[in-house]
Amino acid sequence: MFPAKPGHIRDHIVSMPPIYLDHAATTPLLPAARAAMQPGFDLWANPSSPHKAGRAARAALEDARAGVKAALGWEGELIFTSGASEALSLAITRCASPLMAVSAVEHEAVLRWAGDAVRLPVAAGGLVHLPDALAGLVAVQHVNNETGVIQPLNAIAAAIHAQGGLLLADCAQSAGKIALPPADLIAISAHKFGGPIGTGALLVRDWAMLKPTGGQERGYRGGTENLPGAMAMAAALEAGGDWLAQAARLRAMLDEGIAAIGGEVVAAAVPRLPTIAGYRMPGRSAIAQLIRFDGMGIAVSAGSACSSGSLKASPVLIAMGHPHPAEVIRVSLGRETTEAEIARFLSAWREIKA
Amino acid sequence: MIYLDYQATTPLAPEAREAMLRWLGDDTFANPHSPHRPGRAAAAAVEVAREQVAALFPPGGRVIFTSGATEALNLAILGSGAKRLAVSAIEHAAVLDTARFADPDHAILPVSAAGMVDPHTPIPQGTDLVAVMLVNNEIGTIQPVAALAEAAHAAGALFLCDAVQGAGKLAPPANADLIAISAHKLHGPKGIGALWVRDGITIAPHMHGGGQEQGLRSGTLSPALSAGFGAAAALCTSLQESDAQHVESLWETARALFADWTLNGDADARWHGNLNIRRAGLDVARLMSDCRTMAFSAGSACASGSGRPSHVLRALGLSDRDAKTAIRLGFGRNTRAEDLEMAAAAINAAVRAQGVG
Repeated sequence: MFPAKPGHIRDHIVSMPPIYLDHAATTPLLPAARAAMQPGFDLWANPSSPHKAGRAARAALEDARAGVKAALGWEGELIFTSGASEALSLAITRCASPLMAVSAVEHEAVLRWAGDAVRLPVAAGGLVHLPDALAGLVAVQHVNNETGVIQPLNAIAAAIHAQGGLLLADCAQSAGKIALPPADLIAISAHKFGGPIGTGALLVRDWAMLKPTGGQERGYRGGTENLPGAMAMAAALEAGGDWLAQAARLRAMLDEGIAAIGGEVVAAAVPRLPTIAGYRMPGRSAIAQLIRFDGMGIAVSAGSACSSGSLKASPVLIAMGHPHPAEVIRVSLGRETTEAEIARFLSAWREIKA
Repeated sequence: MIYLDYQATTPLAPEAREAMLRWLGDDTFANPHSPHRPGRAAAAAVEVAREQVAALFPPGGRVIFTSGATEALNLAILGSGAKRLAVSAIEHAAVLDTARFADPDHAILPVSAAGMVDPHTPIPQGTDLVAVMLVNNEIGTIQPVAALAEAAHAAGALFLCDAVQGAGKLAPPANADLIAISAHKLHGPKGIGALWVRDGITIAPHMHGGGQEQGLRSGTLSPALSAGFGAAAALCTSLQESDAQHVESLWETARALFADWTLNGDADARWHGNLNIRRAGLDVARLMSDCRTMAFSAGSACASGSGRPSHVLRALGLSDRDAKTAIRLGFGRNTRAEDLEMAAAAINAAVRAQGVG
């Protein structure tokens, strides 16, 4: 059973405080986001109801929409969804152009829709190979959820636009941390940047790019809106990403530490988001590493949370041609990650490797 | 503000809010799909909630959490792979629109002037899926869903029940194959619902991704929303009898207060937390503007403001003109008899001022 209070685990199972280094799976709700949910819970009327209570909820929803757009610097439209999976599904199934190509390192939420679409290969460093000619809808993620590799979406968008195509960018890992790419459709998820689980959005440059489904959200997404979620999403984004410099410093410390004790940094040579890294421990399976780290009170992951526990080697690392995909774990940093935690992680890593 | 719009949404129960806050804490935020210790704790909270929600459904099935009933209904209809559909004329737009998408030539099961589907209504040959709601969202009529499920099975079709307005109040049909519900209609949070799938029924996911929820519904599940839904469901289970008695007494009060209005839909085969009434010649927009401190509705919240006459009232045989003279008062757990009295005084005074009745 789960602990009656958060301290339970640390009091009774491990002597050291737990360390959470799985922020790419989800990251703690920011206090500002939690605070923003409270008036949302009070405004419980249906935002589609025309009475005064409903209009108050509607006004708060539209404020949240404007807040998210302003914080992201997005001038197009925004459809609130239940998360990035739904936003990606909506983009792919309702886009006016058919899905023609996807990068080989996309999240499952895109890959499982890909069908016969062309798979754009990636180089050993994880960067997508730029195709010569692409029309229709092309899906290339902004930041990989397992390696942190940042795709050069400025150049990719320019190439796709030159052919009259549309770029769908999965920005679940990058939104709220680095500037959005010049994509036409962008999927984001609140719980990856300090908002609550259960809220996401599809950003669309122009309504004409989507076919409506009927229902709420201007007819593009049916279902009563989750107002507290939307308000918290805006508040989380407004908190900003000024901690990224600190994360970059800690990640450099991690990279150097791992390399110094016989580990391998995945995609070390390409631009990566400072909050996500893949590390290989030669000769130790990722599953074995996870069990040991978990026993030491350190939460990390093998690949994405969705596929954790499936024991399958990461399709992302396989697509990169990595020779030892089953020995790589993901370490992801958050706003509150400290230097002491990184030092403890490195010493645990050393102990497990020994 | 007097809130009489319980079919649009219900007040969030303090217990549900408390349950959510417990999973929105500094140390209770993990992804329930992560296998590490904090992830497993979050997953355990989701499973506790799943048990609480499962108590609203018949035994012998599994509960798939979704973002709401709209998604649950989409998953049911599209995931069933049904090619030939038959749906009642008074289904919610979430069923009607999805049915139209899946089968543009779907059959419509008509309703009587009292808003009831005939349990002996013929199901067209070759139908794969029949959808009839438990309680209508506009007029509150309780449909003979058990008999209709039996008829659907006899015709070789699956039976889907939209139980959004009935869940937590009435038992959904034990012989349905698929049942959709929404948390915020039973004092839970917005942003979560569930699809119940009878054991042995296979459906395919319509939204792809990480393969959560037994591979049927991708997307990180919110422990907080799940816990809020679970707490709200548990409350409905424990308060079912007192809630029903309270609503029955409100119904008697409301019927007396609006005695000279015409009731839309059957008076008896009805969830008595719904009073949908009309008055010849009434200008509903003006009434609503005159009664700004009352929250009630004309038709469903989703269709509000569209200006279109209600498809439900038209299915009862009302003319467009008459359909536009109806209002819906919805009440429940937190409504007091005084709320109805004050609302009736204001509404009836505004009606007199319009010179109708």
